[in-house]
Amino acid sequence: MQRPISVIITLLIISIASVVVALSVGSYTLSPDQLWMTLTGNGTPLEHTIVWELRAPRAYTAFITGALLSLAGALMQVLLRNPLAEPYILGVSGGASVLALLAMSAGLSTFWVSGSAFVGALISIVIVFGLSHASGNWNPSRLLLTGVVIAAGWAAVINFILSVSPEKPLRGMLFWLMGDLSHVTATPLGFAVLLVALIITFALARPLNILARGELQAQSLGIEVKPLRISLFLLSSLLTGVAVTMAGSVGFIGLVVPHMLRLVVGSDHRILLPTSVLAGGSLLMLSDVIARTLIAPQQLPVGVVTAIIGVPFFLYLLNRNYATRATQ
Amino acid sequence: MIRLQTHQLTISIANQTVCDKLDLCIESGQVWGLLGRNGAGKTTLLHALAGIREPDSGTIILNEKPLADLSRRQVAQQLGILLQQHEDSFPSSVIETVLSGRHPHIDRWSWEDENDQDKAAQALAEVELSDKAQRCLDQLSGGERQRVAIATLITQSPDIFLLDEPSTHLDLVYQIKLLNYFREQTIAHDKSVLMSLHDINLANQYCTHLLMLLDNGEVLTGTVAELLNTGTLELLYNVPFTRLQGENGDFFSPVTS
Repeated sequence: MQRPISVIITLLIISIASVVVALSVGSYTLSPDQLWMTLTGNGTPLEHTIVWELRAPRAYTAFITGALLSLAGALMQVLLRNPLAEPYILGVSGGASVLALLAMSAGLSTFWVSGSAFVGALISIVIVFGLSHASGNWNPSRLLLTGVVIAAGWAAVINFILSVSPEKPLRGMLFWLMGDLSHVTATPLGFAVLLVALIITFALARPLNILARGELQAQSLGIEVKPLRISLFLLSSLLTGVAVTMAGSVGFIGLVVPHMLRLVVGSDHRILLPTSVLAGGSLLMLSDVIARTLIAPQQLPVGVVTAIIGVPFFLYLLNRNYATRATQ
Repeated sequence: MIRLQTHQLTISIANQTVCDKLDLCIESGQVWGLLGRNGAGKTTLLHALAGIREPDSGTIILNEKPLADLSRRQVAQQLGILLQQHEDSFPSSVIETVLSGRHPHIDRWSWEDENDQDKAAQALAEVELSDKAQRCLDQLSGGERQRVAIATLITQSPDIFLLDEPSTHLDLVYQIKLLNYFREQTIAHDKSVLMSLHDINLANQYCTHLLMLLDNGEVLTGTVAELLNTGTLELLYNVPFTRLQGENGDFFSPVTS
């Protein structure tokens, strides 16, 4: 119990530090003093605008998106009984991307692009749900195959749209596909979704621990497996849908954050889920700082950065883990 | 009291009948051995009795209530099953795994308390794995993994133990120790056991009753004294058997030509 608590406290500190960095760093960097003055309402109008209108909404959206994706990834891995599962594997982001790209090629505003993305995510969820439900079979490998094939279908449509699209919206489309936070508007909805999801997943956490031990074992320990699988599918898909709606398909976070935390805190979902939220949120927030400063004034899509800093960190953790095991 | 009862239970797998209109009655204090050839449906029958597989027809009654009317959680509080296969997709420590046996007894929002921890620690001591409590499951041998599963079941502490090949991977010493443990529980705490076994002589030594799955859904049930003889064994395994006199009872051995 000692270790998980210290990990949670560490992650809370990292999260707060990430917020400070995200608000201070950029083309106009604020000193801690300046930031404090601005936050308490004593800064210059310019600083006020930079912090409250430019950086805070991005930091907020980055945190919520990263948190939702990590949570969805952790749930998806148990649902599919596969440590390599990630939020996009069942085609949610594919459906969202297709409709978002269509909205972009029609020249619609950011608001409509987000709206279309959410509708696309829902369509994809309904298709996969319908196919699984009709077969009456919610076993992980079947669900995985259904989702992967649907995702492949969406990918083909995405490639089709990209190939026939005129030059002008193409860059925006590619950014959206890689995950982009440069056009975000902060809505309280994301926070509400995250909060509700956290409460629900906390009630599901112990059943998830049991489900991770296999379907038969879970049943024999008192879990109603099918209703749990269905709730997991709906919950993780909806969280993914909301995340994609806010920032496009930011890759890597949903696969790697839950994994990293499994290595650090173990497989107890009561610890794993809240720590994934904190770690995923912080990672995406910091990635976004790098995305907008690395080659400033030009901005990178944040999805590129998540992978660049996530891959070495993950490999380090993985190797460290094997090393400690070998010496045991 | 009657722990586990079936009325007219019919189960089949892929057109093969496992049992046809089986009436079974397992009382507290009884240890039942389940014998049958490979593929006779021992596991299928155990899964059906545990409620994790739908029977074709008939009813199963658990502690005098129909199994179909109970929630999974209520079933798990009264009946535990040792599965033959263990799926370990995610890393987990030995103690976490054993503690998972308490799940049916803990409220949704509660965490395991000291009592649960104690039960898990005792179960681990029972299978002599206390020193490996913090190990990861994938660092265990097959026999140790089986003992972790048994400890999980002990931690669950149900009234009825269904054991699917409990002696798999176990050394002779542990086989005897664990069968002793389950027999003791049955007698001292009014529990019941139904276990599939390959070793007829272990069945002879530890069981009070037997359930034999023959071909075509035919089932023999009765006490060991009634049922265990060379005649039924030949019917069951389709090889000639001989009965040998031992110091503490008889032994059965297949006759090899």
